[in-house]
Amino acid sequence: MNSGSFRSLQSVVITLVVVGLLLLALSGFLSPIFNLTLSPFISLQAWFAERYQALNSFLTAPRDVARLSQENEQLKSENARLQAQILDQQRQIGEVQVLTALLDFASANPQNEYLAATVIGRDPSPFLHYVIINRGSEDGLRRGMPVVTDQGLVGKIAAVTANAARVQLITDPGILVNVVINPAKAEGVLSGSLTGDISLDLIPQDVAIQTGDLVLTSGLGGNYMPDILVGQVTGVRKRDYDLFQQASVQPVVDFNNLSIVLVITNFQPIDFSPLIPPPETGGQ
Amino acid sequence: MATLLAFPLLAILVVFQSAIVSQVNLLHGSADLILLVLLAWALQPKVNNAIVWAVMGGLLLNIVTALPIGIPLIGYLLATGIALSLRNRVWQVPFLAMLVATILGTLITLGFSWSVLTLSGISLPLSISFFQVLLPSTLLNLLFALPAYVVMSDLASWLFPRELEI
Repeated sequence: MNSGSFRSLQSVVITLVVVGLLLLALSGFLSPIFNLTLSPFISLQAWFAERYQALNSFLTAPRDVARLSQENEQLKSENARLQAQILDQQRQIGEVQVLTALLDFASANPQNEYLAATVIGRDPSPFLHYVIINRGSEDGLRRGMPVVTDQGLVGKIAAVTANAARVQLITDPGILVNVVINPAKAEGVLSGSLTGDISLDLIPQDVAIQTGDLVLTSGLGGNYMPDILVGQVTGVRKRDYDLFQQASVQPVVDFNNLSIVLVITNFQPIDFSPLIPPPETGGQ
Repeated sequence: MATLLAFPLLAILVVFQSAIVSQVNLLHGSADLILLVLLAWALQPKVNNAIVWAVMGGLLLNIVTALPIGIPLIGYLLATGIALSLRNRVWQVPFLAMLVATILGTLITLGFSWSVLTLSGISLPLSISFFQVLLPSTLLNLLFALPAYVVMSDLASWLFPRELEI
């Protein structure tokens, strides 16, 4: 056999082997062999890839930290802004709730005309219980007008300027309010105190009053309109040798959290002073 | 300049006092920032218009308080007088003078207010007034006395700079 025919035979054999292998591969018969052969290579490639990724992340980490830090700052800033927004909205919700309650109160008492005012300050003297509101004579306020909330009586306007007014609270030690106690229909006089507690005096001895009775303005004296809720009796002091009974009262208004009040603008206090006869001078 | 500055500074303090400080109570007492500023100002060595400041502070406070007219003014004038007399006597220890002036000034201003209100017929029991108002107010004033002194000292240094010897 010459070399030429041997090469031809070799080529044919190689071609047949290749074609055979291809056919075997395409038909799937060589898959186990491929898997077995490729598995170490895949493992090796995975090992290299992991090391490369680790190295890559190590080299690029500083830039990521800077970017993340920047993002973190942005998020913090946004978080602070959103929290401020939430606080503002909570405040607004609180105001809306108060105003809604006041509106309900005003709707339930259509005979009165109300003007809402915000409490902007308190009297600097610790002996006095006054608040300052942001409405004044330009808004139609006058001295003596009653001030209420949806809960009950707050006090009366003691002084007015153009854009502000000073309200004497019913807890002030210098205030006196004529009241009626329900259901006994007994009259009494309510007074404030230095500590902010309010109490009733001049209640007739023959009237039975109990803890829980309601205290409302009586309208006597003309300084307040009748039937404004003031508080509830929390204790009664009745002694046989006293001329009158006394009682302590829990006010319905929370004076520590007074923010918005209503001024009853269609009520003018009655001035009785012209009706009081002047004192007669001696010897005439 | 120092007199011109008194009005805006004291006006802001009166607003701050009415809006915030009066609502921060210890029992029933509260701090009096205007009194503290007046005392601290009167204790500054080069200040010679402390009385003018006291008059201005008293008049401004009378706008917001329901106390009878002139009561804050007289109270502040008396307290400033005490501070001025202390400045001349214990000038070497200004902080001590400030503390003493704060105690005496608080006692004088509140004591004077209490006396006038009691005389005008308002029921203010002595023991409650002392333990629930006067003592807590003195304590709060002492708390703010030194910061007030430091701030007014800086203000005085700015308004009356030390003269350089050439």
